[in-house]
Amino acid sequence: MSDVVLHVTGASKRFGGVQALSDVGITIRAGEVVGLIGPNGAGKTTFFNVITGLYTPDSGSFELGGKPYKPSAVHEVAKAGIARTFQNIRLFPEMTALENVMVGRHVRTGSGLWGAVFRTPKFVAEEAKIVQHGQELLDYVGIGRYRDYKARTLSYGDQRRLEIARALATEPTLIALDEPAAGMNATEKVVLRELIDRIRKDGRTILLIEHDVKLVMGLCDRVTVLDYGKPIAEGNPYDVQRNEKVIEAYLGAGHKAH
Amino acid sequence: MPESLAKNKLVVFIGVAFLLVVLPGVAQYAGNFWVRIVDFALLYVLLALGLNIVVGYAGLLDLGYIAFYAVGAYMFGLLASPHLTDTFPAIKAIFAGGLHAPLWLVIPLGAAIAGVAGALLGAPTLKLRGDYLAIVTLGFGEIIRVFLNNLDAPLNITNGPKGLLQIDSVKIPLLNFDFGRPGELFGLEVSSVTKYYYLFLLIVVVSVVICHRLETSRIGRAWMAIREDEIAAKAMGINTRNMKLLAFAMGATFGGVAGVLFATFQRFISPESFALQESVMVVAMVVLGGIGHIPGVILGALLLAALPEVLRWVSGELDLQSMTGGRLDAAILRQLLIALAMIAIMLARPRGLWPSPEHGKAAPTPAT
Repeated sequence: MSDVVLHVTGASKRFGGVQALSDVGITIRAGEVVGLIGPNGAGKTTFFNVITGLYTPDSGSFELGGKPYKPSAVHEVAKAGIARTFQNIRLFPEMTALENVMVGRHVRTGSGLWGAVFRTPKFVAEEAKIVQHGQELLDYVGIGRYRDYKARTLSYGDQRRLEIARALATEPTLIALDEPAAGMNATEKVVLRELIDRIRKDGRTILLIEHDVKLVMGLCDRVTVLDYGKPIAEGNPYDVQRNEKVIEAYLGAGHKAH
Repeated sequence: MPESLAKNKLVVFIGVAFLLVVLPGVAQYAGNFWVRIVDFALLYVLLALGLNIVVGYAGLLDLGYIAFYAVGAYMFGLLASPHLTDTFPAIKAIFAGGLHAPLWLVIPLGAAIAGVAGALLGAPTLKLRGDYLAIVTLGFGEIIRVFLNNLDAPLNITNGPKGLLQIDSVKIPLLNFDFGRPGELFGLEVSSVTKYYYLFLLIVVVSVVICHRLETSRIGRAWMAIREDEIAAKAMGINTRNMKLLAFAMGATFGGVAGVLFATFQRFISPESFALQESVMVVAMVVLGGIGHIPGVILGALLLAALPEVLRWVSGELDLQSMTGGRLDAAILRQLLIALAMIAIMLARPRGLWPSPEHGKAAPTPAT
């Protein structure tokens, strides 16, 4: 199992009296798209925030690309190789689309004050590369012509795509998308699906939280279902769809009576 | 860039440069008093540029910024005035001829010390944002002033409210050039304030270049990302703690340099020059001019520094006091007019007089 990208076991998180996560584990292999689904309040986003370092877990072991990592600081996790998007888009609204993606390059570049003030050849070369890389990524997600528009002026679907481009700019080993299709119309969803498919085909590994069952079933290789902070099912989309516990979690226990 | 546009830019550049060079000559003709006002305006430009790094780029509202101005000023005041040698015989024994640190040494030193002070004062505020940050920095600013006011006992370090006197003017011994004395150039008299004008102008130009280069660099982008959305910035792998400390330190550096220049220009400093009012004024300059946009910040600083003096002159010329039968005092009227001007500007231009240009005002059509 050398191609395991993310391996989490026994992740738990408690907020006061609420056990938001108990003993959740997940294994993601290279090149997979793994879905994380569950009813509202099941702990999907909490799990996301735990593996990306936004919340400190109470327990659990975390491995990224075979190496253990400690999800204690968000920027360290990004450096280690997990990039994420947010359920409610979090772009840098007053910066241009290109600048947003350029910020994503921050963690893979290194020029500091000295280079900036004296414009050393190294700084100039690095900066040119950052711009070029940023433009490529904007083209890749299909919004290259909006490079000089401020992020907040982009349409909703384009903002989502810009967020994905920004995440890709950090050269992640795992890209985690938190409900990328939320609030999208049918056309935008089709475009998004194509984009995620393309990212997967280019050899990236994706963890996806999504409510849109059609999108999840169509895209994911495997699905993990959470309910009340516990994993209740895991497997390929087809099996999970027919899992008794999953149906119960979504529809309630009494559904068979009808 | 089209050739005509490039040519236009060059013409504007040369025009502005020419105006800046001849300005003190004209102002000197009207009276050294006016050159002095312009000199102070340049110091405020320096302060506003520094604060713009903290408030404009990194989005950290700092209401105690003037503390770093004070650190720089007292730094030079102590190292280039008779105060330390007069008070402490031990120091007198080492520097028999008195302490006369050259400006060229104190500027980097003052910048460094102010930078360290900036990082130190920034460190406890890292988790604070918005209003809370403003209150804490306001407190820090006051702490420094109160320290300066009371550090005359048990050891007389700052000379308390009496301040430091007889601070050296800037001299270039090799050329026998003293900024504190009027000189002559091609038979024209060049007053001391005019000499300082050119010194300050040089430092302001260098600062503008540094600020601009920081703005358009990896560091500058990281600062702006923090300003826009701190959590997203973290998720992009930006170490927000270090970047914020860097912003505080860089901003403070400019304040420190401005302070050093202030001390040598004024040749007297006391804690009352560094009151909260000054911090508020610098914040107002940045916001009024156009937060985060260098030309706007410069405009705001020049305007707010010069406006009170212009209004003072206007109300003096019109003799408003006797016109209103003594009911309207010139000083009060001046403040009233400044307040009105600020309100009017912020109502008419809420993003500042000269905000950063808007890209893509019209939302692009969604891609299909």
